[in-house]
Amino acid sequence: MSLTIGIPRETFPGEKRVASVPEGVEKLVKLGFGVAVESGAGVAANFGDDAYQAAGARIVASAAELLGSAGIVFKVRAPDVEEIASMRPGTTLVSFIWPAQNPELLQQLAAQGLTVLAMDALPRQLSRAQKMDALTSMASISGYRAIIEAANAFGRFFNGQMTAAGKIPPAKVFIAGAGVAGLAAIGTAANLGAIVRANDTRPEVADQVVSLGGEFVKVDYEEEGSGGGGYAKVMSEGFQAAQREMYAKQAREVDIIVTTALIPGKPAPKLITAEMVKSMKPGSVIVDMAAEQGGNCELTVPGEAVVRHGVTIIGYTDLASRLARQASTLYGNNLLRLTEELCKTKDGTINVNFEDDAIRGLTVIKDGAITWPAPPLKQPAAPAKSAAAAAVVTPAKKSSHGHGGASEPASVKSLAITFGGGAVLFWLVGAFAPAAFLGHFTVFVLACFIGYMVVWNVTPSLHTPLMSVTNAISSIIAVGALVQVAPPLGAATANRPDALILGLAVFALALTAVNMFGGFAVTRRMLAMFRK
Amino acid sequence: MSANLATAAYIGASILFILSLGGLSTPETARRGNLYGMVGMAIAVLATVFGPRVTVAGIPYIIGALLLGGSIGLYAAKKVQMTQMPELVALMHSLVGLAACLVGFASYIDTSVVYEGADKAIHEVEIYIGIFIGAITFSGSVIAFGKLSGKIGGKPLLLPARHWMNLAGLLAVIWFGAAFVQAPDVDAGMLPLLVMTVVALLFGIHMVMAIGGADMPVVVSMLNSYSGWAAAATGFMLSNDLLIVTGALVGSSGAILSYIMCRAMNRSFISVIAGGFGTGGGAVPAAAGGSAQPQGEVTAVNAAETAELLREAKSVVIVPGYGMAVAQAQHTVYEITKLLRHKGVNVRFAIHPVAGRMPGHMNVLLAEAKVPYDIVLEMDEINDDLPATDVTMVIGANDIVNPAAQDDPTSPIAGMPVLEVWKSKTSIVMKRSMASGYAGVDNPLFFKENNRMLFGDAKKMLDEVLVMLKS
Repeated sequence: MSLTIGIPRETFPGEKRVASVPEGVEKLVKLGFGVAVESGAGVAANFGDDAYQAAGARIVASAAELLGSAGIVFKVRAPDVEEIASMRPGTTLVSFIWPAQNPELLQQLAAQGLTVLAMDALPRQLSRAQKMDALTSMASISGYRAIIEAANAFGRFFNGQMTAAGKIPPAKVFIAGAGVAGLAAIGTAANLGAIVRANDTRPEVADQVVSLGGEFVKVDYEEEGSGGGGYAKVMSEGFQAAQREMYAKQAREVDIIVTTALIPGKPAPKLITAEMVKSMKPGSVIVDMAAEQGGNCELTVPGEAVVRHGVTIIGYTDLASRLARQASTLYGNNLLRLTEELCKTKDGTINVNFEDDAIRGLTVIKDGAITWPAPPLKQPAAPAKSAAAAAVVTPAKKSSHGHGGASEPASVKSLAITFGGGAVLFWLVGAFAPAAFLGHFTVFVLACFIGYMVVWNVTPSLHTPLMSVTNAISSIIAVGALVQVAPPLGAATANRPDALILGLAVFALALTAVNMFGGFAVTRRMLAMFRK
Repeated sequence: MSANLATAAYIGASILFILSLGGLSTPETARRGNLYGMVGMAIAVLATVFGPRVTVAGIPYIIGALLLGGSIGLYAAKKVQMTQMPELVALMHSLVGLAACLVGFASYIDTSVVYEGADKAIHEVEIYIGIFIGAITFSGSVIAFGKLSGKIGGKPLLLPARHWMNLAGLLAVIWFGAAFVQAPDVDAGMLPLLVMTVVALLFGIHMVMAIGGADMPVVVSMLNSYSGWAAAATGFMLSNDLLIVTGALVGSSGAILSYIMCRAMNRSFISVIAGGFGTGGGAVPAAAGGSAQPQGEVTAVNAAETAELLREAKSVVIVPGYGMAVAQAQHTVYEITKLLRHKGVNVRFAIHPVAGRMPGHMNVLLAEAKVPYDIVLEMDEINDDLPATDVTMVIGANDIVNPAAQDDPTSPIAGMPVLEVWKSKTSIVMKRSMASGYAGVDNPLFFKENNRMLFGDAKKMLDEVLVMLKS
């Protein structure tokens, strides 16, 4: 029997997102589910009831009716008491829950006899789970929006310009924390033309910062900050002092600071002190993306934009919701991918399979029993090991073209063998060969060396023309055939088989002529095609 | 023309040949290099024809042979498709080999030049070696031609105890060599010489038959090298320095190419020649059974989605492989490139040294499709840029983009330098099916999260992508 997925309107004040968009509804219907949407659920994100209806959803007038009839409920924010009460036991709820922060909520949900999948409990280190990672998709939207909010509050251009009226310097942006949100902010700010700097306690993200057009600012202190699962850990006292110093310096220099530093299960670290805010230029902007967890800046007021010491401090906690249409689309996609995992049979039923690591991690309550926290995955060790192996393999093999062969130092042993072998060979030649042969031998050896030197300079893109031209040149054998066609004969050659030799030589000459003309012609044809 | 003048002309020709190869260091100078080669060849032939060793009686024959061979050569050069270049080159190698054999035989039965003592022994050894190399080059190249043109299957033929057979052949060659040098006159020496020629021909066939399709770049450059050594041996035989110099130039050029190709596959020359790689059932893949099989789901896309990805990208890198040559898709690839570049997308090409069936094969195909060569980059030049690339499109290539070469020490291709396409934001692999590459190794790239598979014939799919991009 196929289940009905219910998508209620979000009740949290100011929440504009919706858990699925018409495009996603259409695909859910294809998976065999019935979809019911509360009237007006998508209005704040610019999705009207008629769009949902066109995608195959049923529109239900009230939340209570919808929640009471649905087998699965998709939500963005965790449900409130009233919503929980409306759901039947056995219903599956999918939404953000934050079980660590909301233990009472977890109890209530369990008491109602629900199965709950918390989107925030996804084991993010599983690469297979990335397509369901709503935290990442929401964080990257928030990062984008943070820059847009900052640009809105900031009184100048982001990009530097040279106008007729004078030069405008580019804005300087500092991003604290290069996680998903931080990286999205870096990319957005860099695309607007600002000079972007960023810092993170995990040194391995430096490359990502640079790849998005930012500059990685190091803290002058040695310590590794990866805490597993893509989060940073709490750092030592000495590190924090060095970090504060760096932040103070950045605060004096930059126009905009975006902070994204979060440590799971703890209040956000206070990175920006009141002193630092005071030292910033008037008109500067701070966007504190950690406001919900207390804020990275001492002066942040969560949920509001305030002006302190001439600096606008934005502490909005609903950045993703401020881009409701985009956020709803991505969240809906994440839920769709999750549904595909739950419904491998495509018949409109779901299977909460605990054998699957991703699903096990997501499920915080199963049939009224709390299953959170999920047993830890043994993950970060494996990739580190294979990365090390790769590092060992690659440098030895990494050699460039050009004079690589000539300049690679050979081992002493093989060098000795080569020279020893050469010496023996040359001694043999010198001891036994007649003078005439020695002359030719000299020419031969020197020609080999010239060939070696010349050919290493050939650019690899011309290797095919090189082969065809050497092919043409090797038709020089024609000279050998030519001298046999009709040599001036002396007296002592009475029994020379003239006709046979002539036949062989003419045949050989014809063969080499194919090469001679064909080789040069085809090389010419090829080279004519190489153009800028 | 006196003998001294002819020698001086030969020196000039040698210098022109060296300049000709030197000119290939950049595409700008390459055309002039080719011209140097032609002039050098003309000087060499004319100096010989008008030199002391050719009488007037031979001129009609010479003109006839040159006209016949030359017109065949020019016709072939005009008609050949750029995708068939490897075949043409292999065929031409075989001609050089055969010519070297014929000249060797003619030189042996020619009694107009008389040698005595050590000179005679050396001359005969030279003839013997010259014919030996010529015969191997000839038969090996014919087989290579057959394999490249698809007339003979690409799979390696592995006879039981093949190494012992080769060894026995070598011993027979040495045994008959001794008999040949000791033979009192031409008639007595002819039998050992003929037997050796047959052994060498079989040896050449056997050697190339045992080599798999993916190793063809090595084989073609190796045969190129052999054809040079054959010319050099002929030079020794005829005491002609021009042949020696030219042969040595060609020989070392081919040897270096073989070395570059081997290094690009992280394999030793010996292991390539010993053959057996790329069998799917031979010794090497069997040993790889213990390595982890890549698992997971592949994400397939269609032409419309590919066009969408390309449209939204700022930088695109295209990795062509043999599949592009087979499908003749290079022109469509360039149409797409032109369209994207027109829109301001930074499109570049990444060429792996062993992509295709001969060194530089892909470059020639792209040049034929009028792709400007300054956006066609080598592996080492572009690998560092791949992480900043939005979309990498892999067209008909497999092993050269296999991350197992870096990640999996037990993989048969471990340590082979590869194009790190998985580091780009999205990679699209165009393939006809999920079959593994010539190395018989599964490719974990296909299962990566940021990889998309576009199944179908490369030409057909790219045409569809082009239509989508235009609309």
